[in-house]
Amino acid sequence: MAKLKDIAKACKSKNAGPFELTLDIMFDDPDTFEKVRRSGRITPQVIAALYGVRPEQVLFTEYPPALAYKATIPRRIPSGAVGDTDVYGAQQHAPLLDLEIPL
Amino acid sequence: MVSASGILGYGFPQASLAAAMARKPHMIGVDGGSSDPGPHYLGSGKTLNSPLAMKRDLRLLLCAAIEAGIPMMIGTCGGAGGEPHLQACARIVREIAREEGLSFKMALIHAEQDPAHLQAALGAGRIAPLGQAGPLAPETIARAERIVGMMGPEPHRAALQAGAQVILAGRGTDPAPWVALAMHHGIPAAPAWYAGKLLECACNAAIPKRHDCLVATLGPDWVEVEPAADDLRCTPLSVSVQALHESASPIIRHEPGGVLDTSACTLQAVSERRVRVSGMTWQPAPYTIKLEAAELAGYSAIAFAGTRDPGLIGQLDSFIAMVEQSAHVKIAALGIPRESYRIVFRLYGRDGVMGAWEPSPQALGHEVGILAEVVGRTQEIANAALALTRVTLLHSDFPGRLCREGNMAFPFSPSDIERGAVYQFTMQHVVRTDDPLEMFPIEYEQVG
Repeated sequence: MAKLKDIAKACKSKNAGPFELTLDIMFDDPDTFEKVRRSGRITPQVIAALYGVRPEQVLFTEYPPALAYKATIPRRIPSGAVGDTDVYGAQQHAPLLDLEIPL
Repeated sequence: MVSASGILGYGFPQASLAAAMARKPHMIGVDGGSSDPGPHYLGSGKTLNSPLAMKRDLRLLLCAAIEAGIPMMIGTCGGAGGEPHLQACARIVREIAREEGLSFKMALIHAEQDPAHLQAALGAGRIAPLGQAGPLAPETIARAERIVGMMGPEPHRAALQAGAQVILAGRGTDPAPWVALAMHHGIPAAPAWYAGKLLECACNAAIPKRHDCLVATLGPDWVEVEPAADDLRCTPLSVSVQALHESASPIIRHEPGGVLDTSACTLQAVSERRVRVSGMTWQPAPYTIKLEAAELAGYSAIAFAGTRDPGLIGQLDSFIAMVEQSAHVKIAALGIPRESYRIVFRLYGRDGVMGAWEPSPQALGHEVGILAEVVGRTQEIANAALALTRVTLLHSDFPGRLCREGNMAFPFSPSDIERGAVYQFTMQHVVRTDDPLEMFPIEYEQVG
């Protein structure tokens, strides 16, 4: 078992337009990426559970050229609207960090 | 083709521009905007970057382009690409031309949309929702403070064909200027769009990441990219990583008139600093223009305070609920109707960053920061309601209270800050059109 924060090179969030948030998980080397891939741990269902959205709301892409996963979900509140806490969406990655990956 | 920087006004090293110009490019472009900094800029008409910062970048780009006899093209001027943003950039360009004694033909491509035309398009069934949005309501068009359409490359191409050397455009899809220039010179859509997508963020595709100039060379079915500065490198990985940036999918990109598909791309290091990409495809699709709109959400006032009281922090939720309830009663006594304002608390140290998405809201430290905000129908309402909310935060009793002189540490006097008008993004829709130019009128002028 390893936590994502200990094996990923980047684990980040950012707006994808004003109404969506995109999460990127990237790895340093093809070996680690392949191990994570084989673990089957990073899925739309897991992202949905971490962020309280429905699995069908997660646009999920496994992206081997960048040794990365991308998941795009609806924002909780549109960027900059009343009650928003993160206009750029750059600090919504924390729930991913403690994800346990069986290696 | 050269991209000077991620956004006009972010700056770039002058030496990099000189190195890029030595490669004899066909154009210099820079993207001027983004929806990322939120709805304020589109709503208020203010520019994202300062006129001084934009002028610094524009002076270097303009002088280089005019000297080399190549076009200078700016997309999404002034941050949001509405009429005031476009005019702010045009004023700066005319000023520089006067100061430097430059003369050229300039095109201004307008992107702000007439609400009456959009109502007609809506009535004709030409406006469709994107993603998980519902149908567009006529009232949403009516309420908008400002609406822009995101132009494709066609208006830029039309301006190039008309002989404009300086092209300033309102809101567009970020790759538009480079796609237009490449297609103007006969490059097919697929490599043109791929290059445009890489260039719009300039050296975001390089390592180490920096606001710096990126150079792209295009062939009939390939794109090569290389940073202008010697100490930066593009690698297959750094270029792939850029495909992840601020987009919903790294392999499929919906654009006006088609879809760029990079799933079959191969990336090859040509040198330690240069990458060649091939295998991208472009599938034409019905032509659509994405709309962006901002409407007034109200007027905001905020106050920031911190608490260091363990008793209060131990019952934070019930304390905040009690304060809000009590503030509503005092605000009602001023004759302010409940539906004319909203109180929003952001509790830093608890869930101020992630709100309801915070996975560990119970993990509290020894102090908590409280940002109290009121958004009201008028600034007067916001100010009055915030003042009462702030007093209630400071002086409310709670079970076991020892800090009887006040619950909060306010760092400032005055503690309350007027934020003025605040806006929200509203539209997530596209307009179907057969003519990529019809929503984007072009004006030409001879400068100097």
